[in-house]
Amino acid sequence: MPMNSPVIDALLCVGALLGVGAIAAFNARKALTFVYGASAIVCAAGLAIAVAALAAEAPSTVTLPLGLPWIGAHFRIDALSAVFLAVVNLGGLASSVFALGYGRHESAPQRILPFYAAFLAAMNLVVLADDAFSFLLSWEFMSLMSWALVVGHDRAADNLRAGYVYIVMAGIGTLALLLAFGVMAGSSGHYAFDSMRAHGLDGAAAMAVLLLVLIGAGSKAGIFPLHAWLPLAHPAAPSQVSALMSGVMTKVAVYAFIRIAFDLLGPVDWRLSMVVIAAGGITALLGVLYALMQHDLKRLLAYHTVENIGIIFAGLGLALAFRADGLAAAAALAATAALFHVFNHSLFKSLLFFGAGAVQVSTGERDMDRLGGLIHVMPATALTFLIGAAAISALPPLNGFASEWMTFQAVFLSPDLPQWGLRFLAPATGALLALAAALAAACFVKAFGITFLGRARSHEAASAQETDKASLAAMFGLAAGCAIAGIFPGVFTDLLAPATQLLTGGRMPAAGPLLPLAPVAASHNTYGALAVMALLVLAGAATVLVVRLVASRATRLGAAWDCGFPDASPATQYTAGSFAQPIRRTFATIAYRVRETVVMPEPGDTAAARFSLQLHDRAWEALYLPVAKAVGFAADRLNFLQFLTIRRYLGIVFLTLVLLLTVLALWA
Amino acid sequence: MSPFDVSHFLAGGLVLLSFMLLYQDRLPPLINLYALQSLALSLEVAQQAQTQGAPRLLVTAGIALVFKAVVIPLVLHRLIRHLRIHRTVETVVGIGPTMLGGMALVGLSMALMMRATSTIDIVAREDMAFALSVVLLGLLMMVTRRNAVSQVVGFMSIENGLILSATGAKGMPFVVETSVAFSILVAFIVIGIFLFRIRERFDTVDVAVLDRFRGERP
Repeated sequence: MPMNSPVIDALLCVGALLGVGAIAAFNARKALTFVYGASAIVCAAGLAIAVAALAAEAPSTVTLPLGLPWIGAHFRIDALSAVFLAVVNLGGLASSVFALGYGRHESAPQRILPFYAAFLAAMNLVVLADDAFSFLLSWEFMSLMSWALVVGHDRAADNLRAGYVYIVMAGIGTLALLLAFGVMAGSSGHYAFDSMRAHGLDGAAAMAVLLLVLIGAGSKAGIFPLHAWLPLAHPAAPSQVSALMSGVMTKVAVYAFIRIAFDLLGPVDWRLSMVVIAAGGITALLGVLYALMQHDLKRLLAYHTVENIGIIFAGLGLALAFRADGLAAAAALAATAALFHVFNHSLFKSLLFFGAGAVQVSTGERDMDRLGGLIHVMPATALTFLIGAAAISALPPLNGFASEWMTFQAVFLSPDLPQWGLRFLAPATGALLALAAALAAACFVKAFGITFLGRARSHEAASAQETDKASLAAMFGLAAGCAIAGIFPGVFTDLLAPATQLLTGGRMPAAGPLLPLAPVAASHNTYGALAVMALLVLAGAATVLVVRLVASRATRLGAAWDCGFPDASPATQYTAGSFAQPIRRTFATIAYRVRETVVMPEPGDTAAARFSLQLHDRAWEALYLPVAKAVGFAADRLNFLQFLTIRRYLGIVFLTLVLLLTVLALWA
Repeated sequence: MSPFDVSHFLAGGLVLLSFMLLYQDRLPPLINLYALQSLALSLEVAQQAQTQGAPRLLVTAGIALVFKAVVIPLVLHRLIRHLRIHRTVETVVGIGPTMLGGMALVGLSMALMMRATSTIDIVAREDMAFALSVVLLGLLMMVTRRNAVSQVVGFMSIENGLILSATGAKGMPFVVETSVAFSILVAFIVIGIFLFRIRERFDTVDVAVLDRFRGERP
């Protein structure tokens, strides 16, 4: 075993992060710069290891004598884990740099710092694990560390509730994954991924595994209707952690899905891919509709994570479908699109959460209806937030456009599929994704416009100040990343090629930095990001030139013209709710049982008119509340079991044993 | 007598002693019966050591002899004299139904084990069936008794059954044996201390008083 193998280097990084966490646990009050600085350095090292491993293409493995004695702990880096290792460490690096500044406003650093480093270590471990036991252990460690971060500020009642919902959902998800691994290991109990991969499954067992993984990984990633915890928990944590949870942890869940569904499970039937495609499309649309209804900035961003996870899963489902029918080139396109979107989403979602965090620190507000006009006082934050918003809205030439465009190209290839079910479902999902993309753009017009444009709606917003340099450095870095990945998508699709080769047995045509992106072949549709960029630069330069030449130089800055009524209140501006109203009425009436009531005073009466709006979260009411009620009912009924005598407990154990033995004896 | 007969005799003796434990309502004879059962166990294990040619089992037999047939009964005797409960007669309710239930349990374990272990050799099969009977009878004893000392004895006779089954199945790892023995010893010590504490506080070792103390119905 060579000592300089990438997997050992990556494990050393994990060890370093755990060490940082341990140091922080002992001396948290003074360790802020150390923890975030060290985390940033270790994550940068991890990123370098991941990129090198991705370029090297050869998997590297190691077995450590840890964990269960007769199994040991297996770790491995192949192309797929290298991609996600890069995503995890890039997100960790950005968050750590951001937190160097942002973390100074933390009121109780001892509740955040130790768990922050351990959380990063856990996410690295999940991606590296190569047997079911290590995987589940790291997965649960990751859940627990993020839970600790969510409830770090336990004074706010909402945070405790968010933590409770999260830990319950995390438990259910881990249980589903445990069962999935159990089915894959079979009665022979092979828990190493290698032997699972070798043995493969078919029929009912494969279906059970896929559905269990969709529940287990999907609940962590935020697949509808298992997303309920996500918009509660992600905003509750401090912003650098929100960015990690939304931008990175959901991707680790996507990794779990890909690892099991594509790699360990073997060939998947096309009918199962329909489930994944449909789940992706529905999640994308409902996620963005939820987001439109929000006026809490961080919660809006969390719902957009649900939407983007939907896009990723739709791409993965298409890849499964193409692979099942042997269309390797199309499968490679869909898988590359999904993986590229994973990377892109981690960039712009982290960026947007940083922006929201900067706004929260400067104003103390997350409610958009108490913000406004921040572009004047926080111009740099506003610029980076705008770039992130444009990227997530899939505007060229940024990275969101490149990956979503590739997903749509994959949808356009669906007529090649032989099954009618897929031929109908894929374009229908494409339509859902298109609607979701348009609504996402509308949603970010709202988020950016209400927060940064117009006039300040509160004193706090008016007196806000630009955020610190470290935070800005992280935000500008990510914004530059969004632009680079958008303008040179070919570099990234080439980097992803080994991973798609592993997943689908095919790879996209090599593009390089300068050639236009060709999804299948240069004869089909292509996207020349550089040409688009050149066009935009030319158009922009021309506009500036024309403005310079034609417009008057005598400009002055004045108050907004308000039809001759001076001193109009800022409350007369558009609010988040009023901006979303048309979309709410058109699309959300059925989905959310929206009821709007307007009570007008009688003519002549000077009382105020009243407008009230009722929204129902149907997923919550139809799925979660009945389950919660049933559990509560059962708990009430079984409560007496807590107060039995010792002999009765013994008697219950005894009777159960005898009953089971009798059943066994009578079993023919 | 062939080795099989001896083995059969001793294992059957264990079950018979379990029935006597179930029946006995005074504490000193109860402890003596337990000592006798442990003695039978150690003889059986020694016999198995001979027939299986596994000298490691002799260590198991030695542990059973020293601790379970001698040390623990002696300490228990001292304990009940200390607690001044060595003359009390325990009110064992429903002796008849309990004995009938015990017989049903033996029948159940025979039916179960004879079918489940049809592939292994006959001595081990018999041993497994008897061992399960001893375990179930011990559990039944714990359920039907109210006195904490007799519950402890029931608990330790369950452990005798476990050892019996483990030796029947071609011996067991010595580590497991010692750890079981030590856990029994620890349980014994803890329960002994616990008994004194109950006694100090409530003036009796009837576990029903604990229930009353917890605010349950008497």
